[in-house]
Amino acid sequence: MERIAILRMGEFLLVTIQVEMHDQLALRLQDDLTQAIARHGSRGVLIDISALEMVDSFIGRMIADISGMARILDARTVLVGMQPAVAITLVELGLSLPGVATALNVERGMQLLRSAQESNDGAALQR
Amino acid sequence: MPTQSTLGAVLRKRRDTIMAQWNQEQQREIGAARAARLSAEELARQCAQFLDLLVQACQAGSIEDISSHEWTPMREFLDSLSRERLLASFAADETATFIFSLKRPIFDALRSESGADADELAADVWTATVLLDKLGLHTVKSFQRSREEIINRQQQEMLELSTPVVKLWDGILALPMIGTLDSARTQIVMESLLQKIVETGSQIAIVDITGVPTVDTLVAQHLLKTVTALRLMGAECIISGVRPQIAQTIVHLGVDLQGVTTKANLADALALALRRSGVELRKL
Repeated sequence: MERIAILRMGEFLLVTIQVEMHDQLALRLQDDLTQAIARHGSRGVLIDISALEMVDSFIGRMIADISGMARILDARTVLVGMQPAVAITLVELGLSLPGVATALNVERGMQLLRSAQESNDGAALQR
Repeated sequence: MPTQSTLGAVLRKRRDTIMAQWNQEQQREIGAARAARLSAEELARQCAQFLDLLVQACQAGSIEDISSHEWTPMREFLDSLSRERLLASFAADETATFIFSLKRPIFDALRSESGADADELAADVWTATVLLDKLGLHTVKSFQRSREEIINRQQQEMLELSTPVVKLWDGILALPMIGTLDSARTQIVMESLLQKIVETGSQIAIVDITGVPTVDTLVAQHLLKTVTALRLMGAECIISGVRPQIAQTIVHLGVDLQGVTTKANLADALALALRRSGVELRKL
């Protein structure tokens, strides 16, 4: 069965979504990711959606949900590489993803997570 | 019963006479001022081509229906003619005169052909009138269509021209907005700004609304959308150029701009953007 790979990079987890998301896959990702955070004691999650060209309200909600779940497990989520078309779609859908930190690319996202780690309370992510 | 062949035959038989008379008519109608825009040779060429096509079409198909395929070459010719005249800044009526001035020469030709038979003449003239009216109307229609195409294209160009995204500093983009914001424009502005953010990897975008005359709830809504989209992509947005009047309007309208950084002018916004990207400016 198809699933999205979750890579472990030290204290952080990297999820790269490269296939078209369908609902089943999204639910499975939520499941896998929360388990991985708990297992590795990760402090941050990077979700790279630069290859994602289409979103619907369900996927938008799923991303917001993942971020909320990760926060409860004491990990910060940074969403990176959102395409312009995707951003416009989400805004038009009324999903502004409050509370989800964003960055232009993986490198910037990593920087953001690191600085949050250093200040240790995640204040840098509270924009 | 007058048929298309009567008209076709007369046209072919008396082509030269009609042609000469028509040319004269047009020269008179067009007048000296127009002559500079359209040379006599060009006019004669257009007349000759029109008559040839008319004869062809009359013999091939029905006179009643100029939308049939026999009339396709004629319609294409008229389309290109009206486009040419539009570019040479002719007016719509002047373009239609091209067709309508053919009436007299054709009526004259029909009269000398049918002679004394008044019934036949009247019927022939009626057929010719109906046909020429249709052709004239078609010309005006395509003249107008060409004009609309030009207007549409210019509108599109204006949209693109009025939304330049400029790079102010490494990682800082500015978007000076000019003119009234509506949904279509905001969409284009948003798209071009987001695209530029991806291309340049910039982290801060300054949207300058100095050139926006009024801000109402809809415009504010559009601005908020842009800010949110930018945040989703991982960039920050500063809105600058908020005039005192506009600040008052926004508060009176009850628009919530709490989560948005706003500055009174572009200089302040740039200073803030530089500070946020860790650049320090000082006098030497």
